[in-house]
Amino acid sequence: MEKTLNLTLKIWRQKNATSPGKIVEYKVSDISTEMSFLEMLDVLNEDLTKKGEEPVEFDSDCREGICGTCGVVINGIPHGGYKATTVCQLHMRHFKNGETIVIEPWRARAFPIVKDLVVDRSAFDRIMASGGYISIKTGSAPDANAIPVPKENADIAMDMAACIGCGACVAACPNASASLFVGAKISQLSLLPQGKVEAARRAENMVAQMDKEIFGACTNIQECEAVCPKEISISAIARMRREYVKAAIK
Amino acid sequence: MQFTQVFGSTIGKKLLLGVTGLSWAGFAIGHLVGNLQLLYTDPTPFNKYAHFLTSLGGLLYFVESVLVLSLLLHFLYAIKVTLENKKARPDKYEVHRSAKGVSKRGFSTASMIYTGLLLFIFLIIHINNFKYGTFYTTMIDGKEVRDLYKTVYEYYSNPVNVFYYVAMMILLGTHLSHGFWSAFQSLGINGKRFTPFIYSAGTVVAVLLAVGFVFIPVYIYYMGGV
Ligand code: HEM
Ligand code: FES
Repeated sequence: MEKTLNLTLKIWRQKNATSPGKIVEYKVSDISTEMSFLEMLDVLNEDLTKKGEEPVEFDSDCREGICGTCGVVINGIPHGGYKATTVCQLHMRHFKNGETIVIEPWRARAFPIVKDLVVDRSAFDRIMASGGYISIKTGSAPDANAIPVPKENADIAMDMAACIGCGACVAACPNASASLFVGAKISQLSLLPQGKVEAARRAENMVAQMDKEIFGACTNIQECEAVCPKEISISAIARMRREYVKAAIK
Repeated sequence: MQFTQVFGSTIGKKLLLGVTGLSWAGFAIGHLVGNLQLLYTDPTPFNKYAHFLTSLGGLLYFVESVLVLSLLLHFLYAIKVTLENKKARPDKYEVHRSAKGVSKRGFSTASMIYTGLLLFIFLIIHINNFKYGTFYTTMIDGKEVRDLYKTVYEYYSNPVNVFYYVAMMILLGTHLSHGFWSAFQSLGINGKRFTPFIYSAGTVVAVLLAVGFVFIPVYIYYMGGV
């Protein structure tokens, strides 16, 4: 049974990285409850285009919750605060007719706004480039059982690998810390035999790059885990700290 | 890695905060247990205990220096981390809410720097009132020793002093209700069973310390005159 909604949207509009932004109010009507949040924004943008106004810029790619490209802060919570849900997978049935929705970009010094709701997350790429990889010869797949991996480690590494790098953790953190993202990446690699070789160098370099990008220090509030669309646990952050201490005393 | 690199990093700073904070939490627990002797109507056990501590000489100085150094480091790094974290988000959200669920965001997490700064001022006043407070003496087993019991009872006969102390001890509980478990997480000590345990233990420690430290001066105020 399809229902429709009329909504008031308060959206952060900002021309470019240097100009000041502000909240602008828009009305959208006849929004199907079966649309995703991004489809609702598509409807708004069509209206704006028809009226000759500039559409609202926002990021998306896969629209199936697996790529990590989308992400806006909805009523104060990154991705809206629904369990294990990215904005592209958030459905309009969660909203009430007549509701006002405030939509803002991720806010962090390390994620400068490019335009409207789009932020530059290349800080994450630079952190990955500083050590988020394993330096081995690739090529044809190795024999499946040639390198034994304990089941528990494989499971945790898999949970950590679920990180799609969307940056919601940074957006939610009162300190704009990237610890959950970096923790997930460091954990994923350090738990596997192939990744252990470079574990110390990786922990040192990725943490150094994270700090250089001016993300905050984690104060264990766990807001990141609460908004993470992949439900990554802050045990990742503790593991990153252990890896860092191991690297420090090496 | 260089020492300066480690303790200049976001992780290293939290390691320092954790170790120094826990050393003070440990001290606070010992301090409360010792001070329960103030509840005796007989001043002797408490005064004997205080005399015993001062008679430790070198060991006492060692522990005191570690605590003072810990407090200074905790103080400096707490301010540094808080200011740096503010700089990591220069532009505020129009609306910023907690997603609740597993999040621990709340009064105690948001007030760490304020409860901490008030505790720092309190500690200076507190040490000045007692360690360097009025020096009475009494005779125990034919020896003249300090009557600290009397100094304490005199101080807490004033309701203003009781009120200030009670307020500060509630802040201590607030600080530790987040700080205690947080310190373990900062040190990387986390586990499926351990973390829920230490989180609950932190709540218990915070409540017991606050209740214990509040009880003593209130008791003295109401019973001291008797
Ligand atoms: C000098 C005054 C103090 C200041 C300015 C201060 C401030 C802070 C701040 C800002 C934090 C970091 C918050 C966080 O990471 O979540 C913190 C953590 C902590 N504080 Fe304090 N505090 C002070 C005194 C104390 C005292 C007296 C105790 C113990 C009785 C204590 C115990 C702790 C603990 C256990 C932590 C957790 C450390 C961690 O998360 O790694 N603090 N404090
Ligand atoms: S667009 Fe790919 S996760 Fe939302």
